[in-house]
Amino acid sequence: MQDLVSIFVKSIFVDNMIFAYFLGMCSYLAVSKTVKTSVGLGAAVIFVLGITVPINYLINNYILQPGALTWISPTLADVNLSFLSFILFIAVIASMVQLVEMIIEKFSPALYSSLGIFLPLIAVNCSILGGSLFMQERGYQTIAEATSFGLGSGVGWFLAIVGIAAIREKIRYSNVPAPLRGLGITFIITGLMGIAFMSFMGIKL
Amino acid sequence: MAADNMKEPLFSAKNRKLLSTPLGRENPITVQVLGICSALAVTAKLEPSVVMALSVVAVMGIGNTVISLLRNTVPPRIRIIVQLTVIASLVILVDQVLKAIAYDVSKQLSVFVGLIITNCIIMGRFEAFGMSNKPWPSFLDGIGNAMGYGWILIAVGFVRELLGSGTLYGFQVIPQAFYDAGYVDNGMAILPPMALIIVGAIIWIQRYKDRELIEEN
Repeated sequence: MQDLVSIFVKSIFVDNMIFAYFLGMCSYLAVSKTVKTSVGLGAAVIFVLGITVPINYLINNYILQPGALTWISPTLADVNLSFLSFILFIAVIASMVQLVEMIIEKFSPALYSSLGIFLPLIAVNCSILGGSLFMQERGYQTIAEATSFGLGSGVGWFLAIVGIAAIREKIRYSNVPAPLRGLGITFIITGLMGIAFMSFMGIKL
Repeated sequence: MAADNMKEPLFSAKNRKLLSTPLGRENPITVQVLGICSALAVTAKLEPSVVMALSVVAVMGIGNTVISLLRNTVPPRIRIIVQLTVIASLVILVDQVLKAIAYDVSKQLSVFVGLIITNCIIMGRFEAFGMSNKPWPSFLDGIGNAMGYGWILIAVGFVRELLGSGTLYGFQVIPQAFYDAGYVDNGMAILPPMALIIVGAIIWIQRYKDRELIEEN
C-alpha cells in the first residue's frame, strides 16, 4: 500500500508529465486560456490515463513482452512481440477515448457538452501514449502500481494546466513586450514553473 | 487532372512556397504550436536533436504522401484511425532502423521515438493538407513542415549543448584555458525548463522581426 501511495505522489510531483517530460504540451498551450476549460480537459485526461495505463499494462504483460505468451502454450516462450507495442497502445487509446466519449454522451450530456471538442483531442495528447510507454519502460510490478502511476500522472497534468491557466488569466492585465505576448510569455512562464517543480527532484519516496 | 499535373513543373513557385513557408512564417513550433512535446524533451544535446529531426522528416514526407494517395478511398468517419495506423507503422520502421544503426541514440531518445506517433505536427498536416491535396505537393508540405520543426530542434539543441556542456555534437568546443580561467558550464541549460525559455526567446526574436505575427494578448 505504501508503495502505491509513493508511486502516486512521485508521478504527481517528481515525474510531472508537463514539467519533467513536456508531454501533452500542445493541448496544454492551446487550451489553457481560461481556468474553466482547462479544468474540464484536465479531468478528462486523469480519467483516460487512469483507464488506458492498466489496460495497456495487461496487454504488455500478457501479449507483448518476451515470454508473455506462455499462458497460451509453453512453446511460445521465445516470442517477442514488443515491436508491436506502439500500434497496439495507440489502438487501445483511440478506442478507449471513443468509448469514454460515447459513455459520457449517454449518461451525462451536460458534462459532454462542456468538454466538447477536447474529448476526441485527448487521443493525440502525448501524455496519454507517454503514460503507457513509461509504464512499459519502467516495468511496474502489479496492475495496482500501474493504475496508481496512471492516475498520478493525470493529476500532475491537471495541476499543471490549471496553474498555467490561472496565471494566463491574470497576465492579461500586465504590460508584456508585444512580440512576447501570447505564446512566447506562456513558454517562459512554463519554464519558470518547471524550475520551481525541480525542487521536488531530490525527494526519495 | 493528370494533364494539369504534367504541365506544372515539379518545382514551380507554388511548390517551392510549400517547402519554404513552414521554415519561417508558418513554422509548426513557433506559429502553429504543433509538436512541442518532443521539441523540448530531446534537445539537451545536439546529436539526439539531429536524429529526431531526421526521423520526423522521414515519417512526415512518406506519411503525407501515403495519406494523399489514400485520400479518395478512406471514408471520413474512420480517417483518424487510418491516419494513426499509417503513422504508427512508419514510426515502428524508424524505431527499428534506429535500434539497428544508432543504438545509443535510440536509448537516449527512449519513449520519444514512439511519441512521434502523437506528434501533433503529423496529424495536423495530414488533416490540413494530405487529405485534400495531390501526392507531390503533400510530399513537399510534409518535408517542409518537418524541416521547420527540425531547425528549431537543432537550434535549441545547439544552444543547450554549447552552454550546458561546452561541447557540440560530443566534441569539446570551449577550450580548456577558459575553464582554467574560471569559466563554468551553465548546468541549468541541460535541465528541461531551459528548453522552454530558449524556445520562448526564439519566438520573441521571430515576432520582433515579423510584426504581423504578434498576438493580441
